[in-house]
Amino acid sequence: MSDLDYQGVWVFIEQKNGAAAAVSWELLGAGAELAKTLDVELSAVVIGDKVEHLCQEAFSYGAAKAYLMDDPVFHYYRTEPYYKSVCQLINKYKPEIVLLGSTSLGRDLAGAVATELKTGLTEGCTKLGIDEKRLLLMTRPAYSGNIMATVVTEHARPQMATIRPRAMAMPEKDTNRRGEIIREPAAIREESIGVKVLEVIDSSQQGSGTVNLTNAEIIICGGRGVQSKENFQLLQDLADAMGGKVACTRAAVEDEIAPFNLWVGQSGVTVRPKVYIACGVSGAIQHLAGMRDSGVIIAINYDRQAPIYEVSTYGIEGDCLQVVPAMTNYVKELRAKKAN
Amino acid sequence: MLIVVCIKEVPDAAYINLNPVNGRLIREGVPCILNPFDAYALEESIKLKEKYQFRVAAICMGPPSAEGTLRKALAMGVDEVVLLSDPAFSGADVLATSLVLSAAIKKLSEKDEIAMVLCGKQTIDGATGQVGPGIATRLNYSQLTLVDRIENVDQPGKKITVRRMVDGWYETIEATLPAMVSVVPQINHPREPAVRMQMMADRAQVTRWDNTVLQLAAQDIGLKGSPTQVRKIFSQTMPESEILGDGISDPEGAARSLIDTLIENDIFSV
Repeated sequence: MSDLDYQGVWVFIEQKNGAAAAVSWELLGAGAELAKTLDVELSAVVIGDKVEHLCQEAFSYGAAKAYLMDDPVFHYYRTEPYYKSVCQLINKYKPEIVLLGSTSLGRDLAGAVATELKTGLTEGCTKLGIDEKRLLLMTRPAYSGNIMATVVTEHARPQMATIRPRAMAMPEKDTNRRGEIIREPAAIREESIGVKVLEVIDSSQQGSGTVNLTNAEIIICGGRGVQSKENFQLLQDLADAMGGKVACTRAAVEDEIAPFNLWVGQSGVTVRPKVYIACGVSGAIQHLAGMRDSGVIIAINYDRQAPIYEVSTYGIEGDCLQVVPAMTNYVKELRAKKAN
Repeated sequence: MLIVVCIKEVPDAAYINLNPVNGRLIREGVPCILNPFDAYALEESIKLKEKYQFRVAAICMGPPSAEGTLRKALAMGVDEVVLLSDPAFSGADVLATSLVLSAAIKKLSEKDEIAMVLCGKQTIDGATGQVGPGIATRLNYSQLTLVDRIENVDQPGKKITVRRMVDGWYETIEATLPAMVSVVPQINHPREPAVRMQMMADRAQVTRWDNTVLQLAAQDIGLKGSPTQVRKIFSQTMPESEILGDGISDPEGAARSLIDTLIENDIFSV
């Protein structure tokens, strides 16, 4: 089969309980640019239970078409019904590019789809482009983010990529845009599925054992420079003042400054908040791997040579134990002024 | 029944650098380690063995030197290890890697019925997290990623119940066996091998399978069997960070200037 049989750019719209993940709209923005360069159509793939409204939302973010599979079998995300359905759509309509968010769900689904279709998949991209041969250029960090790699899928189709949330800009929404909905039946029936979802719990409702750092917009992270459990409370105070959450490095866990469940890093939690304030953090490569995709990184460390400065947008050369309480006080002062 | 754990030997990320002249990865002198995420899969397999009397095999695709990593698995308590090593396997991307691992798992299933395949969440070098789903799809196993707790394994009923840790929520899932389970670091604390086990592992025979054993078509493995190609690698360059105020003599002023800067740039609001 020739590459020319495959045409168009598709974006998988990830949703939970009928609400779309923001990354899906970001991908429609990125997909629109690719489609424009290639002079092909941009389409959304909407799969779920009572999710037709997401088609119109996809049109308002730039899709010209939406492939819709609306069936109770898709109520909860499960790999098998979703991947078989996506494969069926791809085999029937043959897009040249399929984009998904690099999220828990997107990564689970993309791996199954690419394997079934025997095509290439590039995970966790932060940049996309098109080369002179109309190939999709997929750029992603590798080796804990030290190195970037640009990957292509020369012959297999479709070219598949998952893209990190917030790597692409959110496109303008225009509710006047319209598009075409193409309805397709589910590729699988409930009786043949071996997986059942027994219970779903929002982790923010759980006890102290779990802290959901992955959704935090502001993270105040403490490293060895925080020195003690008592000092760590200063970070908590700043987090409370700014409306953020506290986190820590592995060194801080080892020194018993902060608990294990707050550990951000390669083997801990990976986070991408809007603002990441690293206090007394030197920036070991394993730590950077867990946070370097944050929007704005701020280093508060008296050692200007510390690697944390290599990934930071702003820095304060000083003792975090003096700077952090001063920040807390200033935020409170501004809040009080505003309230008056 | 058998549990197969897939592990990988990876270069220690702390030592990875690019040659500034030719833009290639510098491999000389970079120590190799067991992929840190795989230690959790190994630990979980040993726990399941202790609780449910499974046999455990660990497999690893890599160069002959990766034998050392399999010995680490033996020292932790797995019963059997197989190194999948053939120059024809090298240069494999996700698709070609999952093919070799799946073929080895199939071969192991000739001797003993497989209950599950355990994988780490991802590797630290490729970090795709896609080899597990690749194996599940190829073998038609239940695919259970991001598992932070194995609640129950019902061997006669061929069912497994796990908890998955997904962005912002937990879900408890029941699935049919065999299953591919990839685990997150929150699942356990990997053990340090006892000295006695380490000594036993150092002396043990490591089985090695090359492609004369697995009999895979040449166009499906290694570089040839990989649909993705790396076109370019480069170092990530970051702009210099902007230093605000004088944090040493005037921490208060620096703190204020930081908050003001965040507010001016719409990064933070009060």
